[in-house]
Amino acid sequence: MATEFIESVSKPAVPIIDLVVSEEDRVAIAKRHRRRRASIAIRYVFLTFLAAIILFPIYITIVNSLLTPLQIAARPPFFFPTKPTWGAYSDAWNAGHMSLYLMNSVIVTVLIVTGQIVTATCAAYAFAFLEFPLKRTLFIIFLATLMVPFEVTVITNLTTVVNLGWYNSYAGLAAPFMATGFGAFLLRQAFLGVPRDLRDAAALDGYGHWRFMVRVAVPLARPAMAALAVFSFLGAWNQYLWPLIVTKDSRYRTLQIGLRQLRATSLDQVNVTFAGVVIAALPLIILLVIFQKQLVRGLTAGAVKG
Amino acid sequence: MARVVLDHVTKRYGDVVAVNDLSLEIRDREFLVLLGPSGCGKSTALRMIAGLEDLSGGQIAIGDRVVNDVEPKDRDIAMVFQSYALYPHMTVARNIEFPLRSRKVPENERGPLVEEAARALGLSDLLDRKPAQLSGGQRQRVALARAIVRKPSVFLMDEPLSNLDAKLRVQTRAELIELQRRLDATVVYVTHDQVEAMTMGHRIAIMSDGVLQQVGPPQDVYERPANLFVARFIGAPPMNTITGAISSEGGAHYLVTAGGAIALPSEISGAARNATGLEVVLGVRPEHVRILPHESETQFALEATVAVIESLGHERHVVCRLADEQMVIVRQTVETQRPVEGTAVRLSADPVGLHLFDAATGLRLDAPDPQSVGDGE
Repeated sequence: MATEFIESVSKPAVPIIDLVVSEEDRVAIAKRHRRRRASIAIRYVFLTFLAAIILFPIYITIVNSLLTPLQIAARPPFFFPTKPTWGAYSDAWNAGHMSLYLMNSVIVTVLIVTGQIVTATCAAYAFAFLEFPLKRTLFIIFLATLMVPFEVTVITNLTTVVNLGWYNSYAGLAAPFMATGFGAFLLRQAFLGVPRDLRDAAALDGYGHWRFMVRVAVPLARPAMAALAVFSFLGAWNQYLWPLIVTKDSRYRTLQIGLRQLRATSLDQVNVTFAGVVIAALPLIILLVIFQKQLVRGLTAGAVKG
Repeated sequence: MARVVLDHVTKRYGDVVAVNDLSLEIRDREFLVLLGPSGCGKSTALRMIAGLEDLSGGQIAIGDRVVNDVEPKDRDIAMVFQSYALYPHMTVARNIEFPLRSRKVPENERGPLVEEAARALGLSDLLDRKPAQLSGGQRQRVALARAIVRKPSVFLMDEPLSNLDAKLRVQTRAELIELQRRLDATVVYVTHDQVEAMTMGHRIAIMSDGVLQQVGPPQDVYERPANLFVARFIGAPPMNTITGAISSEGGAHYLVTAGGAIALPSEISGAARNATGLEVVLGVRPEHVRILPHESETQFALEATVAVIESLGHERHVVCRLADEQMVIVRQTVETQRPVEGTAVRLSADPVGLHLFDAATGLRLDAPDPQSVGDGE
């Protein structure tokens, strides 16, 4: 392609180009072109290498779920299942009570995601569109909560949940996560991108804050909301510590704890554990594939004005 | 329709006074243009009429009702924004319908009203499009349709043409004038563009630094500016201003400048008499200045040199330099003989086109009454 480019410049269809592009320019253009191609190639090699590092454990997990325990233990290891066995999946589903845990995870995750979207939307709207005393200070406090690791608040949360009588219940599992500083921050940035004139126009048209939020601000902040939904889904789905301490029996245990139990009960059946991991990860993977565009758009929204 | 009365309206943001003691009556069915440079308080005044800004002082009445504490939605007004403020996720039809929904207009009545507004602005074929699929002019028309759909008493327009290109602006200007006549509506129109103000308004209210400078029909404001700010702001090229002092000798009055003295014609002798000894500014519009050959003899002429000539096709602007380095622009038709750059000439002015201002206060010296700076009612 570089040669073609040089040829097209050296044999111009319109003679006037000869007057414009000197020999030196031609060499410089070709050099620049080669350099750009080399830089793109290096970038692709680097990204492919990174992707391989990230995808390798996932690949091995899937492969191991299709091997027998003996094949998994074999050295050198199997990188391709020559005779895949699917039995581990039914064993994990039945013996590991995956259907119950999956349902619990879905219920808790839906509660948390819905809760976060609703609370974050209201908080973000207030920070973006309303004027009230100590607005800035309150927002900084909201942001400061992002710096506090969850583990620090575990004991307080547990005491609160127990006092409320929500120990070993869906409410106890979801309540501490139904509001988030990150969500409020993300949506506030999206709402700040909504032109002030729209709010004024809506006020003249007879729309109060609530109706403006629902009918105008929220639809316009959809990409950021989708990003928040995906993030809170990931967080809620992968929770381990909190579900473990706030539940006492398997009726309310979630998938991640189920996986731990599966591993403990099928020590000699490593492939079953791997199959359980694949089942647990499947909803996440599907979600990411569906929402990857919104996820990226939501995170970059507001970064560039225009 | 209704009249709008602003009575000693003030708006402060901390120590900054955005609008200072503004008193103005916008008559029923009038097209009033609020004109001024950026930051003069005209948009703030409009937003106070709309109810989008609270007043720091004074009161606003729409019709017979004081609206200081009335919500924007209950003021029976519609506003067109500079940015159009269309809802990007809604179709044109939904945008136009939006104000009707909040007012709980029954669905079967909404459709015909939307169609009527769309037809009035030539949008009937675009009802299913989203704002992003429209041109600037079409978006502007959607914003207008949304304003007229609920038939408000007063229309407020905040620089609605500034985002359009020059050609479209001229066309939309004419459409807006026509629309106002058809609707027989009271319109308050904010702009910094004096051409829009001159061509559209029944009256113009000129503001500067939050203070109302003059109100009146466009021609009056052009011909009798109340002060130096108005004189220099209205008109393109702007009015020439020559600073000097008035002296009297034998009943005749002279303007003494650093570059020499010129006799003032009897038309402004009244004003000149009152200003004897004062430092004044003589104003004369470029079309009222005539270039005479250097050897010509006339009483009312200034020595000058032709510095630059700008040709605009239908006319030319001749920039002349006076002996004291003050510049005077002369507007000439192309039929007039073209002067030569660098040559010495004499400048004479049409006596009826001369204005005298007090250099210290900026006020017009022959104003019958200082109150004419106000509403002029």
